[in-house]
Amino acid sequence: MTRDEIRATVLRTLNEIAPEVAGATLAPDVPFRDQLDMDSMDQLNFVIALHAALHVDIPEADYPKLTTLDACVDYLDLAMG
Amino acid sequence: MPILTADMSAGTLVEWRKQPGEVLERGDTIAVVETDKGLIDVEVFTPGVLEKIVVAPGTTVPTGTVLAIIRDAGSAAAPAPAAPAPTAPTVAAPPAPGRAAAIAPSARIRISPLARKRAAALGIDPASIRGSGPGGSIRQEDVDQAAAARAAAPAGPARSALDRQARLRQAIAAAMTRSKREIPHYYLATTIDMHRATSWLAAVNLERPVPDRLLIGVLLIKAVALALREVPELNSVWRGTEPVRTDAVHIGVAISLRGGGLVAPALHDVAGRNVGDLMRAFRDLVQRARSGGLRSSELSDPTITVTSLGEQGVESTFAVIFPPQVAIVGFGKIVERPWVVDGQIAVRPVVTATLSADHRVSDGHRGGLFLAAVDRLLQHPAQL
Repeated sequence: MTRDEIRATVLRTLNEIAPEVAGATLAPDVPFRDQLDMDSMDQLNFVIALHAALHVDIPEADYPKLTTLDACVDYLDLAMG
Repeated sequence: MPILTADMSAGTLVEWRKQPGEVLERGDTIAVVETDKGLIDVEVFTPGVLEKIVVAPGTTVPTGTVLAIIRDAGSAAAPAPAAPAPTAPTVAAPPAPGRAAAIAPSARIRISPLARKRAAALGIDPASIRGSGPGGSIRQEDVDQAAAARAAAPAGPARSALDRQARLRQAIAAAMTRSKREIPHYYLATTIDMHRATSWLAAVNLERPVPDRLLIGVLLIKAVALALREVPELNSVWRGTEPVRTDAVHIGVAISLRGGGLVAPALHDVAGRNVGDLMRAFRDLVQRARSGGLRSSELSDPTITVTSLGEQGVESTFAVIFPPQVAIVGFGKIVERPWVVDGQIAVRPVVTATLSADHRVSDGHRGGLFLAAVDRLLQHPAQL
């Protein structure tokens, strides 16, 4: 999967969880928590949806690595080898 | 039209999920109604056969209006269309005192003479009013409240999302104003060491598949449910002039909605369920609260509420009780603080737990015992 495809998957997942924010307006290098109204349940649903879409098992300890769109793509790209 | 929230006076029938002739089991969703709290699945509380639909989709009617006639499974169909069905149960009565007056207009209504006069003057059908007096009888202030709520929710065609938002705001305003007017609150706070709970959670989540991971909130909710066994008077609802204690612990979970407002639907029977089961139910509840599809029993059943504003970085919350409940428990953000352990200063994750309780029902001493029990239970997370 290319980085662009990963990015598209992350954006689609985010839009399902926080539908009030269009993906196009999301700044890629600004933490989600400063742009989206996400709580811990949203965070969990985000990780579950990524797991379902990309078959990547993200341990809880790695949640802090998923703070921005760019960071998510980097992390998932590495995790998927 | 069942009363689904404390100050609900009307609802819009959106869709029938069952058709005349269909057999109904207890718990089946028979219809979807739109209320101040969004779209709600109305459940059947009496098994039987759907005999007749009375209210058409798109119609807004006051609470207490008969939506449909359900015939007992064993009895024959009504002989003639014009025949009244005074004994037929109406749809989806929340199992709460006062339901007879609230949802069965043909039943005898207990109402004070003053209240009856006031209702007539305001043009309100007493059958649509939820009584708060002895035995569910209707008092003058109940009539005034129904009139105010009706003004806030005028009958008419389906309304826009903006209207719904405004009505949700009004519903919250009505409930909170009533709470602050009628309930003498007292407030307590304690700080709880969460080291054991968070460590246990991290270890357990390492073993669990991603979709089954637990959130700390579930441990807090379970601890509250178990602590209520020790101070059961906090798990009551106020009816008329006295509290009525309930055995089952149905915890209302305050869920903020995107775009503003909140609902606090019930997680049912929390004390008797394991944390994995509760977590699945909690996820499902949050999702349905935000996307529509809460069930009528979830709105009418909470016996106490838990609210957490920790996600927003708030360290303590002194919440307002949702009537007719008599207590609400708040949890703030889990923060690392210097903490004395065995005479030494250590860095520990701690949370501030607060209790707002109705002083008519409990005293600070009992409230303090409750918070101490929550603390103690959270020190043994594997037993939750």
